[in-house]
Amino acid sequence: MDAVIENLPTFLRGFGTTLALLGIAGAGALVIGTLVAAMRISPVAALRGFATVYTEILRNTPLTLVLFFCAFILPYLGVRIDFFILASIGLTAYTSPFVAEAVRSGVNGVPVGQAEAARSIGLGFGQTLGIVVLPQAIRMVVPPLINVIIALTKNTSVAGAFFVKDLFASAQDVINIRGDEVFAILISVAVFYLIITVTLGRIAAVVERRVAVLR
Amino acid sequence: MSNVLYDVPGPKARLRSRIASVIAVIAIAAGLAAVIWALAAPRITAGGAELPGMFDPSRWDILADRAVWRRIGVGVLNTLQMAGVAAIGAVLFGVIISFLRTAGSGWIRYPMVVVLEFLRGMPVLLMMLFVLLIFSTGAYWAGVIALILYNGAIIGEALRAGIAALPRGQREAGLAIGLGPVRTRLSIEFPQAFRQMLPIIIAQLVVLLKDTSLAYVIGYNELLRTTTNQLANYYGSRYLFTLFFVTFAIYLAMNLLLSWIARIVARRVESGRMPKGSTPFSRKAEARRARKVVDDAFATRVTDQSLGAKR
Repeated sequence: MDAVIENLPTFLRGFGTTLALLGIAGAGALVIGTLVAAMRISPVAALRGFATVYTEILRNTPLTLVLFFCAFILPYLGVRIDFFILASIGLTAYTSPFVAEAVRSGVNGVPVGQAEAARSIGLGFGQTLGIVVLPQAIRMVVPPLINVIIALTKNTSVAGAFFVKDLFASAQDVINIRGDEVFAILISVAVFYLIITVTLGRIAAVVERRVAVLR
Repeated sequence: MSNVLYDVPGPKARLRSRIASVIAVIAIAAGLAAVIWALAAPRITAGGAELPGMFDPSRWDILADRAVWRRIGVGVLNTLQMAGVAAIGAVLFGVIISFLRTAGSGWIRYPMVVVLEFLRGMPVLLMMLFVLLIFSTGAYWAGVIALILYNGAIIGEALRAGIAALPRGQREAGLAIGLGPVRTRLSIEFPQAFRQMLPIIIAQLVVLLKDTSLAYVIGYNELLRTTTNQLANYYGSRYLFTLFFVTFAIYLAMNLLLSWIARIVARRVESGRMPKGSTPFSRKAEARRARKVVDDAFATRVTDQSLGAKR
């Protein structure tokens, strides 16, 4: 256990980096994912097609490949950016289609009558979506979105394998110094991850119950 | 749904939509062209030497070499082997978990809740490292075991949800004809739950196939390591981009194929649920619903991770 206590600053720094990755990639994925979802239900065929291809390609590519691309191929092609930013871009790109799918299924989950009512009183596409459908959809979308963020939390560990000093990398670093206490080190790192994921899971459960009452 | 959001477009709106489409196509094509152009341009190294662009034949000529493809084939087989063994293990483990999680005794049930929370809240990569270092299994088994534990936990929860969703009468009927609780579970409830949850299980197996690439990090020679590490080291790093591109294409093909199978299975399962002869759905609507089942299942990779989420 003393290996963990001695190296607590390293772990906390790693935890901070993980939280930073989570914040940046989470915010980025929410924005891009919502845009992609909007494209996917838009009347313009070209945008729909683009959004579909974007979603299918990224969703069917392993995260390791995406981050490998960011960590090795982009620098190889002459991009000179800090690995932390590259990893954030990779995680954002990888997470955005999952956000898009969650948002889209939320929009599809709003009863058709709502949209019909909005249309029948003369609201246009933007108004129907903005005033009637989306406010209801967002409520249904929050629990699955939190789950996407939970998955993202766990996925940030892959960035630790590609030169980012996050929680996972800090575990590896400390293990290199203290090979005699591998078990304690790995368990405490797992606990750090569980702090984020279990908390978010609880929030999702509470929100879901609230929404269930509202509907 | 999406067609309710806007009117059937009239001539003016159609024109506007077409113009927007054309502009969007041009913008997207211009973006792609810019990327391709940048890739094709020869690059200058820091030393001033000029290297050929990414589409120069000298960067792609290894693809004519049979040995390269044989090596890539070995990588694909390694990936598929890990995925196959882990998939079988994960389904079996999921079945066991669904049994323990619904056990009559609280002494089994409640510890399982904690164990499942732990398995699903931890990164798979960390689990691989854990198995590798604590049990010194070697990279292959570390990957397989971590994948079994993680995906088994999710499949187990899916099966449990499937059992919970069955009509009560199924279990009662089983008990009434004199089957024990275990026989009832095995031969009456389980086959039905499994059938209902098959699309979700297959979608989870796509996730599993994707996650085998995490074994790259712990040093297993799966597809990505074979191409970008072994082959790129042997033939020289000027082929790195080419090899990465090939890897990417292979992964995309494998995953799209499996997703496609998942959709077909979902359609079968869905259509099996509808009363015969009175199908009110066109084939297209049916396909759309199958698509939704699989898409939702994809999201469950995701959704199932919260303990409280009841579906």
